[in-house]
Amino acid sequence: MLRYATRRLLHALLVLWATFTATFFLLYVLPGDAALSKAGVGSDGAALNAADLDRVRAELGLDQPALIQYLKALGNALRGDFGTSIQTGSPATRMYAEAVPETLKLAGSALLVGLAVGIAWALLATYTRRNLLRQALLALPAAGVSLPTFWIGLILLQFFSFRWQLLPAIGNEGVQSLILPALVLAIPTASMSAQILSRSLELTMRAPYIETARARGASRGRVLLGHATRNSIIPVVTALGMTAGHLIGGSVVMESVFSRAGVGAITVRAVNFQDTPVVLVAVVFAALVFVTVNLLVDLLYPLIDPRIRLRRAPLERPVGARRPAAQRPVAAPEATA
Amino acid sequence: MSVIDSVRAVEFAPRLKRPSVRRVLRRPGLVLAWIVVAFVGVAAAFPGLLTSHDPLGKTGARLAPPSGEHLFGTDNLGRDLFARVVYGTAESVQAVLIAVVVGLVVGSLIGLVAGFVGRWVDDVLMRIIDVLLAVPTLLISLAFIAALGFGTVNIAIAVGIGNIASFARVMRSEVLRIKGTAFVEATTFAGIGRLRVLSRHVLPNAAGPVLVLATLELGLALLSVSALSFLGFGTPPPAPEWGSLVAAGRDYLLAAWWMATLPGLVIAATVLAANRIARSANRDHAVNF
Repeated sequence: MLRYATRRLLHALLVLWATFTATFFLLYVLPGDAALSKAGVGSDGAALNAADLDRVRAELGLDQPALIQYLKALGNALRGDFGTSIQTGSPATRMYAEAVPETLKLAGSALLVGLAVGIAWALLATYTRRNLLRQALLALPAAGVSLPTFWIGLILLQFFSFRWQLLPAIGNEGVQSLILPALVLAIPTASMSAQILSRSLELTMRAPYIETARARGASRGRVLLGHATRNSIIPVVTALGMTAGHLIGGSVVMESVFSRAGVGAITVRAVNFQDTPVVLVAVVFAALVFVTVNLLVDLLYPLIDPRIRLRRAPLERPVGARRPAAQRPVAAPEATA
Repeated sequence: MSVIDSVRAVEFAPRLKRPSVRRVLRRPGLVLAWIVVAFVGVAAAFPGLLTSHDPLGKTGARLAPPSGEHLFGTDNLGRDLFARVVYGTAESVQAVLIAVVVGLVVGSLIGLVAGFVGRWVDDVLMRIIDVLLAVPTLLISLAFIAALGFGTVNIAIAVGIGNIASFARVMRSEVLRIKGTAFVEATTFAGIGRLRVLSRHVLPNAAGPVLVLATLELGLALLSVSALSFLGFGTPPPAPEWGSLVAAGRDYLLAAWWMATLPGLVIAATVLAANRIARSANRDHAVNF
């Protein structure tokens, strides 16, 4: 167990390092001149002279070879220093970290709502015997992942905030401001988990032990909730890392639609200003969330399913978990019979 | 008629008849999806056929609601919104195609090499894919836009790069599957070169599932592209692009509901249609992924 956990931790660190490296070279070495954009912000359209530019370059360390720049940046990043924001001049990490709680509120409530609705949805679709209702329940999640969230957000905004004035349209004040964005952000999560769980339940319900339980007189509802769900939920748990990633990506869009403060808004502004340190923080933070959730999920498996012997390949995820529309029955994790 | 021919006739006759009216009518959703996609195709190729209005010039009153004359109403500058959506189609469709082709080509190449060469090459390439999987696609796209600059083509490339991982994984698993089959093993004993085996035997057999994935990615790419241009990273106005049309309408939610709602509806309908078709292709070919 300890060896397994260490291996997973090492792999997680490797992914984080690789993410940092790839993003660093993408942002710092590939494009033109960070000094230009930095100097450009201060002088506001005034003609730049070469001496100024050289000074800024030296300040940012851009006059040094890429590899030296990278090693320095990596050393600093390990100490939590990702450089200073080009827009504000304050440390990029702090700027980002201050916005994290707001996004956490949004993404966290969307995750809870999404999982609850998605799981209930799949259970209902599996439980009902009316074919038409089942078809409808199974078809809707596929539509749910096809809808542009920014569009749904704008439509809800139009009705609930502008027409009926029930909920605030913008800002981070209070629970009311959280309702609409969290609901919209929950749609893809709910659709995805409903799709994954209903496929998984479909397989489980055909298992012999389900038939045995029914033969012994357990009702359909009892078999579903008491026997099938726990065995079928694992693919949903497996997809949690992906879900967290989707929520971070989705909150970028939601924070824009509902004019909320948060890491999404900061990321968009950073891309607009080509504020590379902040973009770097955003990407590495997203990877950190993904890697952490996956580590937790890996440690969670044995609690849900004691049959699982911890021998799964590192970070092997079903492709479908990332692409809900393509979701195919997800095999249960390796179990020893 | 030989015996074999008559056997063929029996075998093939029902199969030829099956995609007939009855079978098509059993899937009304699929028919509707194809109609939507056909409309989008016509709008992208021959926008003039669908509307006579100028997408960039003032053609009516400002903020006129939808009517027979202006199907989608007019915008804050009096431009016909339907014409803007129709003329914007080409750019959106082009962006989607670029995105899918970038993901398909680069991803397939990575998956092909990783699966076929194996060993440390596989390890290294798959760790790169792990990075692409660890970061949400929207953030990968945003990082690339920060590096490449704004514009619809850059958005498309960025979205395509975000999609590399899924193509690489499907291609790799297909290649691994095919590499293990008897007929590929036989090529080794027949003394056929590895490159030839790759191009003549492995690639054609692996192509199917990857192409089905490409159809699935069409709808998702449209969602990503329009979300990014909604966020304002697309081609600057007045060029009409679907996502930026929705963004332009958000300031007029109360005064002119149609400005954000109708272009968004077009995006939603197109994604739904594309996904519906992709799903039926997926089922018909029973893809393994």
